[in-house]
Amino acid sequence: MHTFYHFGRYFMLLHRTFRKPEKWKVFFRQLFRELENLGLNSIGIVLIISFFIGAVLAIQTAYNMENPLLPNYLIGLMVRDTMLLEFSSTIVALILAGKAGSSICSEIGTMRISEQIDAIEIMGVNSASYLILPKVVAAVLFFPLLSILSMFVGIFGGWITIIIKGLTTSAEYIAGLHYSVQFYYIGYSLIKMAVFAFVIASVPAYHGYYVNGGSLEVGKASTRSVVYSSILVLMFNLILTQLLL
Amino acid sequence: MIEVKHLSKYFGDRVVLNDISTVFERGKTNLVIGQSGSGKTVLLKCIVGLLEVEQGEILYDQVVFNQLPFQEQKDIRKQIGMLFQGSALFDSMTVEKNVMFPLDMFTRLTLAEKRERVNFCLKRVNLERVNRLYPAEISGGMKKRVAIARAIALNPSYLFCDEPNSGLDPQTSIVIDELIKEITEEYNITTIINTHDMGSVASIGEKIVFISNGRLEWTGTSHDIIQSGNKLLDDFIFASPFTRKVKDTFLGK
Ligand SMILES: Nc1ncnc2c1ncn2[C@@H]1O[C@H](COP(=O)(O)OP(=O)(O)O)[C@@H](O)[C@H]1O
Ligand SMILES: [Mg+2]
Repeated sequence: MHTFYHFGRYFMLLHRTFRKPEKWKVFFRQLFRELENLGLNSIGIVLIISFFIGAVLAIQTAYNMENPLLPNYLIGLMVRDTMLLEFSSTIVALILAGKAGSSICSEIGTMRISEQIDAIEIMGVNSASYLILPKVVAAVLFFPLLSILSMFVGIFGGWITIIIKGLTTSAEYIAGLHYSVQFYYIGYSLIKMAVFAFVIASVPAYHGYYVNGGSLEVGKASTRSVVYSSILVLMFNLILTQLLL
Repeated sequence: MIEVKHLSKYFGDRVVLNDISTVFERGKTNLVIGQSGSGKTVLLKCIVGLLEVEQGEILYDQVVFNQLPFQEQKDIRKQIGMLFQGSALFDSMTVEKNVMFPLDMFTRLTLAEKRERVNFCLKRVNLERVNRLYPAEISGGMKKRVAIARAIALNPSYLFCDEPNSGLDPQTSIVIDELIKEITEEYNITTIINTHDMGSVASIGEKIVFISNGRLEWTGTSHDIIQSGNKLLDDFIFASPFTRKVKDTFLGK
């Protein structure tokens, strides 16, 4: 019963969000603000995490290849496929759900409890479209770029590591990267990320928009929204993997 | 002029407003008074359409507002200015951008023209040289003034103020009250003010509506409020021992 209620209200909010903006000029101004807030400001964390995961993947793969019959280029292949298929989309999405999701929810929630949303509505402006649409559009446009960045940096992290630790040669690592290249993997990752981005922006926005009470409730809603969007990301990951691969 | 006819509002099965009918006049400061929790904010939010009403009619200059289709409601909303209890300024914008927001949304003015209008409104509320500050950097009284400036940016026909002097010192309260009254008369606005501040009642109460527990108990002016003979109203205005003593001394028991 409760679930249906939230579903209904969520889709009604989306319906109000995807209206023609009152003024395109204002929309683009907000969009650039969100591209910076949600996108540019997330680059750092994506860089750091991707680099280290790439490094760890290389070490662990090398460590597990005791059998001398296994070719060393497997390290490069392993790092590449893991980064392309899962890490750059699903894991990066989970990180962004924590970072961008909680900031979206607390920003909108604070505007709700301090009556700023009422102030927007009272002027005759559609507050859902004004506040939420630029965030959703910014996330869907920018998060896939973060995926691409994550792929490169992860593979680079692996490469640095094998050289420093002398796990294999640079040439073999690169041979692994070139081994039976599936460009489709990149497309698959980017499609997934676009869907995750929609979830990561819209679900916390929903939680923030309907906050009731004070700053304590905003905090709780923000936590809840991160949990829900993470679970939804994992669910969509399963569904999209079934559909696309 | 705004007219409310037989308005009732429920939250679940709790009656928060019970069959309220009254008229708020143009060019006057109409006050809604009552204890905390009596339903003043809910009444205001029903009138402006932020809350839906279950029963009754709300008329803006003879037009039944709460039954209009969405688009036409929006046209009336563009003529509404509202001052919220906590000012509700946009934290992420400077004072100038806050006042400019309605102009950005609904006019085709150039930036220079918008700036001029913003400066005019800020000057009208006696604020200068604050354009670049953020809401967090100015005092409570200044926030209220910025909020008034934002509310009058589009030349509204209707102005709503929810507890305009809550959280302000008595002197600043008087300044804000006077400002609202001046603006109301200057631009012939229909103004409705929620308050529980007896100072405002005495100084700007041209028409007063008293609600208690969601019911309209009394209507009148600041002149006849002291001798209303209404028990609930007396309890409300003479709540403190001091005011009770003043009453007993000057009016007799
Ligand atoms: N959204 C809401 N849901 C349920 N009850 C509410 C809501 N808003 C206000 N109320 C109740 O309505 C009553 C009137 O509240 P309000 O109009 O805010 O009082 P005040 O006169 O102090 O402004 C209060 O008892 C309050 O608890
Ligand atoms: Mg109130």
